[in-house]
Amino acid sequence: MAHELPFIAAIDEAIRLEMERDDTVLYFGQNMATTENEPYVDAFGKDRVRVTPISETAEIGMAIGAAMAGFRPVVELYMAEFMLVAMDQVINEAPRFRAMSGGQVKVPLVLKAGFGFTAGWAGQHTGTIGALFMGVPGLKVVMPPTAADAKGLMATAIRDDNPVVYLHHYLLTLEHGEVPDGEYLVPFGKAAIRREGGDVTIVATGWTVDRALGAAERLAAEGIQAEVIDPRTLAPLDTQTILESVDKTGRLVLVDQATRHASVSTVIAGEVAEHGFSSLKAPIVQVTALDATIPYSEPLEAFVMPNEDKIVAAVQGVLGSAPVTA
Amino acid sequence: MVPPPLGGEQALRLLATMWRIRLFEEQVSLLKRADQVHGLIHSSAGQEGVAAAVCSQLRDADVVYSGDRAHGHSIAKGAPLERVMAELMGRDGGLCRGLGGSMHLVDLEHGFLGATGVVGGNIPIALGSALAARLRGEDTVAVVFFGDGAVQAGHFNETVNLAALWRLPIILVCENNGFAEFTPRSAHTIVERVSDVVAPYGVERATVDGNDAVAVWDAFGRYLASARAGGGPFLLECLTHRLGGHYEGDPGTYREALDAADWQEKDPILRLQRHGIAQRWFEADRPAVLEAEAAEAVEQAVRFGRESPFPPLELIEGLVYADG
Repeated sequence: MAHELPFIAAIDEAIRLEMERDDTVLYFGQNMATTENEPYVDAFGKDRVRVTPISETAEIGMAIGAAMAGFRPVVELYMAEFMLVAMDQVINEAPRFRAMSGGQVKVPLVLKAGFGFTAGWAGQHTGTIGALFMGVPGLKVVMPPTAADAKGLMATAIRDDNPVVYLHHYLLTLEHGEVPDGEYLVPFGKAAIRREGGDVTIVATGWTVDRALGAAERLAAEGIQAEVIDPRTLAPLDTQTILESVDKTGRLVLVDQATRHASVSTVIAGEVAEHGFSSLKAPIVQVTALDATIPYSEPLEAFVMPNEDKIVAAVQGVLGSAPVTA
Repeated sequence: MVPPPLGGEQALRLLATMWRIRLFEEQVSLLKRADQVHGLIHSSAGQEGVAAAVCSQLRDADVVYSGDRAHGHSIAKGAPLERVMAELMGRDGGLCRGLGGSMHLVDLEHGFLGATGVVGGNIPIALGSALAARLRGEDTVAVVFFGDGAVQAGHFNETVNLAALWRLPIILVCENNGFAEFTPRSAHTIVERVSDVVAPYGVERATVDGNDAVAVWDAFGRYLASARAGGGPFLLECLTHRLGGHYEGDPGTYREALDAADWQEKDPILRLQRHGIAQRWFEADRPAVLEAEAAEAVEQAVRFGRESPFPPLELIEGLVYADG
């Protein structure tokens, strides 16, 4: 059975279910236990649900210490960029402890943050910065595109024994979707094939998954069948599913809202160039945000972002540039 | 609550620990010059009084964190000497199987949750240990050692604020040796005493002579008893002296060395020995026995390290993620 929920409520449902199931799950953040999250306090008490000062370093550091002591903290960071204030904790402490201790400790925690608020939020609240973290050994990075995945990946993140950066796209906040009832887990490292097709592989993440599906619909009207793959987790990354698709289609378009040199698409391009080169009938094309700070002004903001038109043009390009085959 | 004052038995335990740390550090210094330990090494020689007087009052379940100058703290908390030495040599028999090294020592079994190479980077992590103890209703405490250089960083201030706000059982132990890496404290801040920095938060605090193990024992013991009874947080500033440079090989041109006679006065080991003999806690020839035992233990540690194999290459991939 399933029910319909907005994306943000699906995340909430997963956290509540996990907090009911496991009393070592803690939840803290800067606006917890004030107004809008009051029900959490009612349900789980002020020991487990805590409001913190605007001290990202202390919040995340504290989560690491509590995690090593056997708790499973979820830190509500609101904006992915706020993690940048605490880069030492996110990159140099949380994911290093296990390896540096020779495996003596584990650090199960979730850093929950929204990202990509390209609705006039300008340069510091709009970044798609997940790929900055996917290259850090020991960190897992999650980017759900649907309400169902938002729920299932959060539950998996809380149960995971590693630090997980859980990134939800702010433009998806109120998107509704069917969400399975009760306990629902989506495994990490397993890409979803959102649409099947034999002519071209499009890989997209987060908010761009829907753009890619929209582009695929338009391309279908031209007789082009695009396969749309959504990795769902950036680390671990399911390159196998992508390579299998490219083996079938011979063409790859990568869509990413991140700036190119800090994007998942660049990492995937490298993997496919190395491991899938013999399958390729055309160069890999990336449709990313321009390498620029996201501007405030609406037409300029739209200009730097990937969109359906750019994806359609890229697919037409890789098909047009393909060598004639028998 | 007033903890028991330092007496004969504890003083001998402290001295044994301090000799082990001193001779260990001297041996590491020699091994570094002979290229038998790998990487960046920060010696704690000269600061043994703080490590011994603090850690010997703790249980395994109390969690200790330290910075890059961590050998002494790990040894004082109970880490086996030979496993610390093997770690510095990058061997499989090391505390962290050779994956952490000098700046990232961890000994979970003895509650040493580790060193960090980023100055003060784990001060906020100690908050989590203290919170965990509080949530479970345990009387364990979190202790974090750091140098005076860490106090000017944001993470220190964020930690103090939150620890004070939630009254967590955490004891911040600052080893103020007057130098933040290569730079005197006066070049970094106008606040002379670290204990003054936390004053607005109402944190109980004190500054003691860190080379006087008796003074450290008494001050820390009071805070520990109070933290176990539900109090906290606390800050203990220990004025001490780093015998060597910032790291092994540091020429130390930025400061004047103490002359030998001055050091004889300040050396925390010799001071406690003189004090113990004067107090008739032990016979005058007893410290030499402890020194000899420590020398033997260090020799044994070096043998253990040399005989331990390098870790297998397969270890690396298996430690990226925790499973299950």
